[in-house]
Amino acid sequence: MKIYLDLFRAFFRIGALTFGGGYAMLPMFKKELVEKNGWCTEEDILDYYAIAQCTPGVIAVNTASFVGYRQKGVPGAIVSTLGVVAPSILIITVIAAFIRGFAHNIYVQHALAGIRVAVCALVAVTIYGLLKKNVKDLLTALLALGAFAFTFFLGLSPIIAVFVAAAAGIAASVIKAKKNATGEGEKK
Amino acid sequence: MKTFITLFLEFFKVGLFSVGGGLATIPFLRELAEKYPWFSVSELSDMIAVSESTPGPIGVNMATYSGYSAGLGEGGILYGILGGIVATLGIICPAIIVICILSRFLEKFKANKYVEYAFYGIRPAVSGLIAGAMASVFILSVFKLSETGKIAGLNIPTAICFAVLTVICAKFKKLHPVIIIAIGALAGIILGL
Repeated sequence: MKIYLDLFRAFFRIGALTFGGGYAMLPMFKKELVEKNGWCTEEDILDYYAIAQCTPGVIAVNTASFVGYRQKGVPGAIVSTLGVVAPSILIITVIAAFIRGFAHNIYVQHALAGIRVAVCALVAVTIYGLLKKNVKDLLTALLALGAFAFTFFLGLSPIIAVFVAAAAGIAASVIKAKKNATGEGEKK
Repeated sequence: MKTFITLFLEFFKVGLFSVGGGLATIPFLRELAEKYPWFSVSELSDMIAVSESTPGPIGVNMATYSGYSAGLGEGGILYGILGGIVATLGIICPAIIVICILSRFLEKFKANKYVEYAFYGIRPAVSGLIAGAMASVFILSVFKLSETGKIAGLNIPTAICFAVLTVICAKFKKLHPVIIIAIGALAGIILGL
């Protein structure tokens, strides 16, 4: 029973004390899971992270499920995941209630208008970084552009775009791999 | 009651299909904003602001916030709290299921070249999807809109703010988002945006 409490507590702390999600959470994961509790090694965490990024869902939640599952199976995964989201539920509910309650105040309205602009700036810089990292050739450029048009102009569901992009990625890579194989064959 | 079931199912879908971190949920949430009366597209940026400046994973924070908004519309704060919990459980369920199954074939999944191939295509597409979803938020925040929702002209003070903040973000990458958001809030009050 104690292990469940420990899992919940460790992941609650991770959820409550890290800002920003994604890689920003890595040091905290290391401290709580490797140094404090010895549930996994540093390499394990990097592995979990790599997989958490290519599985659906929020990265921190996926990593919590992984570590919990490794410790105590499905119940462990559930307890750890609930631990990592519990602080969000508490904190966000309070803030959302506050914003909703003061939304009619003129100063709050001006502040929110300014915050919206700040968010646009923040996300614009993030998107630029993502595009720079992930657009490597003509195909990836077309996929990024296509996905943009898909949501912005056509307003279609992002789910379809994700599937099409996955299929395109597989098809292009398989063709490339075949070409390389025949290319090497011809050289011989 | 029906709203909560819809809320759970919609966020289950978001959890199942948003790959690659918190901001990947934005395109899905924009779709929800158009489909349901839960929250508007301009409220979406309030959610992003709150989610980036509070502790916890961004995707989870966004789910709690959206769920709260949706529940509140149903009937008061208690429903809002319940909505936040329901949406959050919805977004984490697929992760728990997928990860528990995957843990058994961890090594194989990691080495599978088709997974890698698929992500070669998914990653740029997700970047494009986020850009597409943010474009509508951007238009709402930076342009003047006519009654019919068409662009009627540039809102000059807002556009200048955007340009300045973007340069600050790009120059000082280490700066915490909370600081940018605080500058934005101050500018909004001082300039009366």
